[in-house]
Amino acid sequence: MKPIIKLEDIHKTYQTGEVEVKAVRGVSLEIHLGEFVALMGASGSGKSTMMNIIGCLDHPTGGHYWLDGIDVSTLERDELADIRNQKIGFVFQGFNLLSRTSALENVELPMLYTRQRLNGESLRDRAIQALETVGLGDRADHSPNQLSGGQQQRVAIARALANHPALLLADEPTGNLDTRTSAEIMGVFQKLNEQGITIVMVTHELDVAQYTKRMIVMRDGRVVSDTPVVKRLNAEDELRKVQQEQQAAQLAG
Amino acid sequence: MRTILTMLGIIIGVGAVIAMVALGRAAKTQIQARIAALGQNVVVVFSGSINRNGVFTGFGGAGTLTVEDALAIQNEVPNIAAVSPEVRSSAQIMAGENNWSTSIMGESVDYLPVIRQWDFAEGDIFTEADVRAAAKVCVLGKTTADKLFPDGGAVGQIIRIKNVPVKVVGVLTPKGVSMIGQDQDDTVIVPYTTGMKRFAGVTMLRTINVSATSSDHVADVIDGMTQLLRQRHRIQAGRDDDFIIRNPQEFFATQNAATDTMTALLAGVATISLIVGGIGIMNIMLVSVTERTREIGIRMAVGARGHDILLQFLIEAVTLSSIGGILGILSGIGGAKMLTLIKHWPTQVSANSIILAFVFSAAVGIFFGFYPARKASQLDPIEALRYE
Repeated sequence: MKPIIKLEDIHKTYQTGEVEVKAVRGVSLEIHLGEFVALMGASGSGKSTMMNIIGCLDHPTGGHYWLDGIDVSTLERDELADIRNQKIGFVFQGFNLLSRTSALENVELPMLYTRQRLNGESLRDRAIQALETVGLGDRADHSPNQLSGGQQQRVAIARALANHPALLLADEPTGNLDTRTSAEIMGVFQKLNEQGITIVMVTHELDVAQYTKRMIVMRDGRVVSDTPVVKRLNAEDELRKVQQEQQAAQLAG
Repeated sequence: MRTILTMLGIIIGVGAVIAMVALGRAAKTQIQARIAALGQNVVVVFSGSINRNGVFTGFGGAGTLTVEDALAIQNEVPNIAAVSPEVRSSAQIMAGENNWSTSIMGESVDYLPVIRQWDFAEGDIFTEADVRAAAKVCVLGKTTADKLFPDGGAVGQIIRIKNVPVKVVGVLTPKGVSMIGQDQDDTVIVPYTTGMKRFAGVTMLRTINVSATSSDHVADVIDGMTQLLRQRHRIQAGRDDDFIIRNPQEFFATQNAATDTMTALLAGVATISLIVGGIGIMNIMLVSVTERTREIGIRMAVGARGHDILLQFLIEAVTLSSIGGILGILSGIGGAKMLTLIKHWPTQVSANSIILAFVFSAAVGIFFGFYPARKASQLDPIEALRYE
């Protein structure tokens, strides 16, 4: 089977003044369709840089990167924008929603930049469909500041799904959320993964990584371990557990 | 609030342009109306000052022009629409119990309809036959008609001018006060032959009124008449003319030029205001780009090309300046109305200036919005996303 992501000896070197920072030093890996990967590592391990390269936000300074069969390491700025638009859905730690627009309009945003324009109605339909996928069909008209953190992150996931991308790329998606909401969001990811969507998630929390199927750990710009997740957590079970704990705490109190 | 302050420059600039152009146009229209009241492309030949034993006579004082001169002008100078020899005198006029003192003008048949473009309220002009026969007929100006026949019905009546019974054949529409403050309607017009023989008692003409076929030909007509009259009056080369040719339009050309200068000056001030307004827009757009760096990052991350971002910010700048332009147009129209209301200055808002002002303000938006928009479009998506 053809991998959806194929990295071959990726290097990334930053030039900060006199100092040369080698953020990524030769990473090669393959990620196949339907995988759910956690990219882990401490800060400074190069995982954010990897994330930017995989997300086509940045060029590697060495090596090749094939995304869905296309060598994107040589593409121009505008071509990369199109790749991001068509093939990748981003979910960020800080949600990154446009605060002055409704949830629906936020989800419509990626579709506004597609090369083949959709008319207003099908745009709306697709956005609502995406919102329903994350269980927010009834909140379409709410603006982000009327929504809770978990709901905002779900809107962000819906936005990432709007253009039916090949890859969902999540950067610390639960970093700003409490345990319960994190479990909810991970539940959404697990469900999407079951539907066949490939997900790559950057995180430094081990318990969040436990929800995925494969863990890649980076240190000093290199991959140090690449293992399948053994004791995989199921979000629904975890959620039930958290609820029970809360109830117990309430009873005790 | 901030947006309104930003637009203020554009609003003031556009408003000033609209109001000033409205003022300038109204002034021009007034001048043109006065020119039109004078008649159609009129050129007036006065009999000149001549030196008799060291004594100069004034314009129109000495008789140097003859009816033959007038006929020669009509026949020999090209591009002439009409010629009217003119004699003037004043007299006491009586009609029944009423009497009135006014000026008696002897003119040709063409004078009223062609040269002065003056319409009749009642009746009509006298005929060529009347002119040849020096008939005792006349046309009354509105003021004179009202004084002599307060109840109307002047046409067909007999009035007495210097005791000569004269039949009224027509009454003119009112033309109002001339530019020198004279009531143009206080007059009696008779055939010039009648005027010369019966009332003025002269054989020479005071003036000859000439109308050129178009305004382009006025200069040619003046040249043609000068040559013809010098030749007819046997004036040696190097000697002064014994006649004066005046083109009344010239008088207004200066006025027009003054108005134009004023309008241009004010338009210049307004342009500077527009530029300042544009800089204001550039400033606010730069602030906006900085404030919305994160938004730009998000848009880029989901696939907006640099071009999309550029367009978005350009549209915002143009929207800003166009709204400013529209408000400016409204305030300009309002300002013009206020000037008319308070200062009683006539104003005339022109559609052209509105369109121009709008296009110009939109152009200001594009021009001054481009740099911030370009800056936005060239942001690095990673940096932009990380921006707090």
